[in-house]
Amino acid sequence: MFNKIYDWVDERLDIAPIWRDIADHEVPEHVNPAHHFSAFVYCFGGLTFFITVIQILSGMFLTMYYVPDIVNAWESVYYLQNEVAFGQIVRGMHHWGASLVIVMMFLHTLRVFFQGAYKKPRELNWVVGVLIFFVMLALGLTGYLLPWDMKAVFATKVTLTIADSVPLIGPAIKTLIAGDPTIIGAQTLTRFFAIHVFFLPAALLGLIAAHFIMIRKQGISGPL
Amino acid sequence: MSKRNVSRRQFLNYTLTGVGGFMAAGILMPMVRFAIDPVLKASASGGYVATSQKVSELTAEPIRVDYTFDQIDGWYESQVTNTAWVYKADDGKIVALSPVCKHLGCTVAWNTDKEHPEQFFCPCHMGRYTKDGVNVPGTPPIKPLDVYETQEKDGILYLGLLKPHEGA
Repeated sequence: MFNKIYDWVDERLDIAPIWRDIADHEVPEHVNPAHHFSAFVYCFGGLTFFITVIQILSGMFLTMYYVPDIVNAWESVYYLQNEVAFGQIVRGMHHWGASLVIVMMFLHTLRVFFQGAYKKPRELNWVVGVLIFFVMLALGLTGYLLPWDMKAVFATKVTLTIADSVPLIGPAIKTLIAGDPTIIGAQTLTRFFAIHVFFLPAALLGLIAAHFIMIRKQGISGPL
Repeated sequence: MSKRNVSRRQFLNYTLTGVGGFMAAGILMPMVRFAIDPVLKASASGGYVATSQKVSELTAEPIRVDYTFDQIDGWYESQVTNTAWVYKADDGKIVALSPVCKHLGCTVAWNTDKEHPEQFFCPCHMGRYTKDGVNVPGTPPIKPLDVYETQEKDGILYLGLLKPHEGA
């Protein structure tokens, strides 16, 4: 059954070479934990991506119940966590995954740094990786406000005060992020929501694609 | 033991597919159950709702009766006002009809079409119903108006669940 469908598509689109380009390549011995257990350090990048996939999936499902509105946001989070089946699990995945993705990304960065894997010809991939790091931090920051509880509001107050302290353009940056010069409220919440679920994920997917294309093109750096 | 040998490649394929499938299921199962929860939630069937209509004042002429009740919509609770068309039938029984047209859900009213008096009329697509709520053949609705369960308590009209029209 599956083979027949595969053959039908393959006959028309010749997908075998595409598939081979994406997936069919040997894992070098020095990055295979089955050969050298210490090679597990090479897993952190993949784990970061794995958790990112979970974050995207659980986030998509959470928006089925969440509303980015100051009157209803907290109520909707309370409802989806306590009244909807598996709500605690799905919100828990997104909550803990957010921290875990930062941890994995940090370990991945450490590995690349201490192995010197960022050196020529892989400087561009390091740059893209750092951009991904910033996008991830921004995702964590914007997502933090969305439950609209006291912790969220005061954390955002701190963020905005830091942005405000930038010389000359600080107040403008603060207003741009918060949507209002003085209030942390309705417009802040909708902005953070839009940035969290549309703008940053779009940027993240583009950067991750570039990251992966470069690693396939250049291969993993050699053994130490 | 059968003589068919499982190759190392096959064995690894099976175990990887199995473990991978198990992990994917573990991730997706809570999310899917989370998403389909509204379908599986038992619908809270409300009891009778009091109107402000005195039963003794009902006549054979259908009148519009508004009633208000508390509605819980997920995290949002509010007071909702709905309408029924109520009259006393010839046998003395109270008839309370839903104003929701069975064609596409517009709101019908009594006696508002001058060419067809003494009928329920839906202005959206000229749907019509006779006084007992039965759709007039040749007009868009294909079913009669739904009927409320009714109750009388202390001379006041109470409305219950909507039911499909019996007869017709």
